[in-house]
Amino acid sequence: MKPPQADPPDSDEAPRVPGFRHWRGIYIFVFAFFVLVVVLLAIFSRYFA
Amino acid sequence: MNALDWFVLLGTMLGIAAYGTWRTRHTDNLNTYLKGNRNTGWLTIGLSVMATQASTITYLSLPGQAYESGMAFIQNYFGLPLALIIVCVVFLPIYRKLGVYTAYEYLGKRFDTKTRLLGASLFLLQRGLQAGITIYAPAIILSTVLGWRLDLTIIFTGLLVIVYTVTGGSVAVNLTQKWQMAVIFGGMITAFAVLLTKLPADALHIAGAMGKLQAVDFTPDLKRRYTFWSGMLGGLFLSLSYFGTDQSQVQRYIGGAALREGRLGLMFNAVFKIPMQFFIVLLGAMLFVFYQFQPDTPVFFNQTEWRSHVESPQGATFKAIEEKYSVVHADQQTKIRAWVAARDHGDAAQESAARSAMAGAQKAANAVRQEARDALKAADPNAQVKDSDYVFITFILTQLPHGVVGLLIAVMFASALSSKAGELNALGTTSTIDLWRHFRPLAAHDEARNVRNAKWFTALWGLFAIGFALYVSSAENLIEGLNIVASIFYPALLGVFVVAFFLKHVGGSAVFLAALAAQIFVLALFLFGKIYPAHEIGYLWLNPIGVAACVIFSVVLQLIFGDKAKTRPDPI
Repeated sequence: MKPPQADPPDSDEAPRVPGFRHWRGIYIFVFAFFVLVVVLLAIFSRYFA
Repeated sequence: MNALDWFVLLGTMLGIAAYGTWRTRHTDNLNTYLKGNRNTGWLTIGLSVMATQASTITYLSLPGQAYESGMAFIQNYFGLPLALIIVCVVFLPIYRKLGVYTAYEYLGKRFDTKTRLLGASLFLLQRGLQAGITIYAPAIILSTVLGWRLDLTIIFTGLLVIVYTVTGGSVAVNLTQKWQMAVIFGGMITAFAVLLTKLPADALHIAGAMGKLQAVDFTPDLKRRYTFWSGMLGGLFLSLSYFGTDQSQVQRYIGGAALREGRLGLMFNAVFKIPMQFFIVLLGAMLFVFYQFQPDTPVFFNQTEWRSHVESPQGATFKAIEEKYSVVHADQQTKIRAWVAARDHGDAAQESAARSAMAGAQKAANAVRQEARDALKAADPNAQVKDSDYVFITFILTQLPHGVVGLLIAVMFASALSSKAGELNALGTTSTIDLWRHFRPLAAHDEARNVRNAKWFTALWGLFAIGFALYVSSAENLIEGLNIVASIFYPALLGVFVVAFFLKHVGGSAVFLAALAAQIFVLALFLFGKIYPAHEIGYLWLNPIGVAACVIFSVVLQLIFGDKAKTRPDPI
């Protein structure tokens, strides 16, 4: 039986997402987006309270 | 439901199931059967992760919860984006590098056989029982409202998901989940659009003034169930446990052509999950506003239960409550209109007085709703007095046009099928890889036999889930108990993975005993809160506490045992 397919050691490839050369950039973008969402939700709660 | 609704419902459900079965009927390679096609793209993985997490409860109960308690529940998801980033950075690359089929295989390679079996057993125990709940929860609500037989609803949905999950494994699950998510998004957006056409112009302001739009609460109070802090910390650990160590999720993202696909799929969820949940709870808050202006708003939304009491010999009590509610409801509507007029007028003092009057009317209406629940409980101690699950389905059945009703019922079934398929797929895989292959190591090299066994295990778990769902229908309070059991078991499991990833000097015996000790500690903490409610903490906090306990116990036990705690890795 064929063994389960594992990634080669150097498989931590570039994200190939326009505007992002490294995964770190993607993670920072996602976290910043989350912070923005929380800020918007806090403003939303306050505005309509 | 009329013929058009039935056509839409059955066409959607059977069509997707048949398509998934037919497209994947020749799946006979173990890697493909368990992990999906190697060419699965990131969007399919992202939708699959989302579909597995969001069951019918998400779409049916969450709007009702927002109707009842507002939008605070959304904070439960605040830890999710950070947890998914951690999974992408730490968990996923290791799973991919080792080429494992299950998360628990990694525990065997890092520690030893007994730790692997402990992880797999904890998963099988809680997820096996949860799979029954996944079909039971929507079946009980839909069969009650639509007048269907509960047992037949459970058996039909259970068998349908077994057919395509057994036939095509992960490939079928990914394929069907993509289409099911399309149905879900289409249906929910349509329902929201119809609701918007029925709302007054000041709907958001009314919902806000009546306390339904409080989405973020920064109060540092451990006893409050949903705050920013409990969501960030407790939600982080809960999400980390679920996405990082629960095979039903791990299996969704370890496939794909490359590491990139799994990572982007998870990041898709990190970005869109909170906005999606916001949309669902906002729908619930808007339903609340809608029903403030409906003259025939029921005092109790589970009308099947309520009607059975109205038509009973004690019906006079229930009719009196109905009449009382219609009076306070009309008064509440008048007070809301007065507040809107005062607000538009711009007079702060008048607006403040009108707001107080509106709050008073809301309190009076809530008191009558509570009176209705008390009357139900007094008439029948076994009666289900929580009616928030019935709010959205009542709106669907009474306010939406035919065809759309069928589509929304299809949404409920699609979400049940998609999350159940992910669960069955994971249960079958873990049973085959972590248990069967462990006890039959020689047979592990026979690929055809492995696939055959994975199919058998998937089918058996499916039948077990159906059987359990049928049993639960005669012992309903088990649901709450099982949800609690699931939330108590996660922290120790995540603790084992945290030790595995970050504390390289800790051996198998230390972490095994630490996991058992942490499990007992979390259980004791939970029971202490139940015995002494004044000291009870929100359940989300059990997650970081349990993980911390497992990590600390592991370090201490490693110090005590020394090299004796180091064990041999699992050879399989």
